Amino acid sequence: MTRPMLSETVAVRRHEILHGEYRVLEMTAPGIGPHVTPGQFVHLLVPGLDDALLRRPFSIYRADHVSISILYKPVGKGTRAMVDIAPGQTISLIGPLGNGFPVNDAIKHPLLVAGGYGMAALYMVAAGMTETGTIFMGGRTAADILCVDDFRAIDWTVEITTEDGSLGRRGLVTAALDDYLSNWKSAPIPTATPEFFACGPNPMLRAVSDRARHDGYTAWLSMDRNMGCGVGACLVCVQKVRDPRGANGDWIWARVCTEGPVFECNQIVWDEHE
Amino acid sequence: MSKAPDLTTTIGTLTLRNPVMVASGTFGYGPEYADLVDLNALGAVVVKGIRMDAGTGNPTPRAVETASGLINAIGLPGPGVEEFIASYIPFLEDYTVPLVVNIWGTTVEEYGQVAARLSEIERVNALELNISCPNIKEGSAMFGTDPEMIREVVQVVRANTTLPIIPKLAPNIADVAHFARTCEAAGADAISLINSVPAMAIDIETRRPLIANVTGGLTGPAIHPIAVKQVWEAAAAVDIPVIGMGGICTAADALEFMIAGATAVAVGTANFTNPNTAIEVIGGISDYLARHGHQQASAIVGSVQI
Ligand SMILES: Cc1cc2nc3c(=O)[nH]c(=O)nc-3n(C[C@H](O)[C@H](O)[C@H](O)COP(=O)(O)O)c2cc1C
Ligand code: FES
Repeated sequence: MTRPMLSETVAVRRHEILHGEYRVLEMTAPGIGPHVTPGQFVHLLVPGLDDALLRRPFSIYRADHVSISILYKPVGKGTRAMVDIAPGQTISLIGPLGNGFPVNDAIKHPLLVAGGYGMAALYMVAAGMTETGTIFMGGRTAADILCVDDFRAIDWTVEITTEDGSLGRRGLVTAALDDYLSNWKSAPIPTATPEFFACGPNPMLRAVSDRARHDGYTAWLSMDRNMGCGVGACLVCVQKVRDPRGANGDWIWARVCTEGPVFECNQIVWDEHE
Repeated sequence: MSKAPDLTTTIGTLTLRNPVMVASGTFGYGPEYADLVDLNALGAVVVKGIRMDAGTGNPTPRAVETASGLINAIGLPGPGVEEFIASYIPFLEDYTVPLVVNIWGTTVEEYGQVAARLSEIERVNALELNISCPNIKEGSAMFGTDPEMIREVVQVVRANTTLPIIPKLAPNIADVAHFARTCEAAGADAISLINSVPAMAIDIETRRPLIANVTGGLTGPAIHPIAVKQVWEAAAAVDIPVIGMGGICTAADALEFMIAGATAVAVGTANFTNPNTAIEVIGGISDYLARHGHQQASAIVGSVQI
């Protein structure tokens, strides 16, 4: 785990609707902000949720030396209560947490695949790369497609798919990815091997993993699990991974909050229903 | 100004700086919270349950949040006693905080074996016997609701160690006083209670249980009044110290246990909300003692007026 993690009381700087139902919450966080690496998360204590005990994990959308931002959509009890957070209000955060995505000069052909808040969670990955690449965004409808301008502003190619065809191409994000890969494979001049970075719903992660494994590419997946402590103590957030010390087929539990949330796809052992 | 109250607390041969521990299973093995919490300021660290062999625990989802509570069925995964010693004791040797190891087994003999092995480790200061986990099918839970089994477990552990031993009782037992006296007679140095309360939650849309194990154990503020009552009955029944836990979030919650008869307390689920809950509780107990003119924490233990 990347250290240090700290507990910080932060002040809300900005809280507004970004797009559709998605909101951005920007906080002054001089303690946590400077240490964030792409793909890490914070564990946030939702103010005023007196009868709900647990913090909520949020991927970090942007971070700098004085602040961090997260992006969320009100879906559950915690995120619905967050809608009332006002600028100036203080919030308790623990972070930065987890092992994020590897971002380095050796990655020559990055392909990002995102659904939902994953579009925000992958922004720091793109911003941290020396090479530009393509992000494949998938959503149900146009309102689910986020941060397009962020990626374009750093010269990334954005491929959009929506299930209802209201924005970009109609269908699933993986179909757009498949077309891209078959074009790449048939190109006369070979370029660097693709490497995937994915964050979004489980079926999407699994589909990316299947393609990467089939073609022998590396794919980094950010897993989403219910959490308790967020720091490795409670063993609530576990994910099956291959046992590095065991025989083929052996698995062990890994803590998504600590060993993850990002895993290389060959590490993951999927359950049948996933 | 009068000097700060003395919070020193004794459990058998073990002396704690203050009566506030962190509860087994909610604080890992120590390193997990070390960046956030001053471990040496705690009364004791109680680590997650350890048995002879490594175990994987239950499938996921393992926990669900409920009103003022958390239902969990982690299922006691762990590294096994040898791996625990190799991986965590070196880290813990850099700290002076008293270390209580929570142990369990699937047979009475296994409790004895784990106790014997841990007694060889100087860093281990006491053993808490988990005879009350609701989330595993064999051992532990079965023992916890049968006083005869409890007596056997405590006796076997007693025969294998000179460390203070602290059997941990389940909340769902008919006669707490009888169980507590059984532990005392079998050689326990203290009793801790309560473990989580058997519980269940269902998703009304899918009509499936919200945790994979179907049922689990409820913890957090929702169980605090249940625990206070059990602690009060246990403390009245025995002369050995009682360690109270269940839903402590504030110093007031801890003080209630102490007034009911608990010599010490443990903070569990609240660590997830605020990792420094135990530290804040220690400060709050001290303030309360000062405000009421007490020099010692022991002055309020069992002071409930009936
Ligand atoms: C996630 C979790 C894991 C736990 N694991 C253990 C354990 O391994 N052994 C044990 O004796 N108790 C275990 N407990 C029970 C706690 O030690 C404590 O008895 C209980 O949570 C009540 O305190 P609380 O309401 O403050 O959490 C666990 C509790 C939780 C929430
Ligand atoms: S959330 Fe507690 S171990 Fe990961």
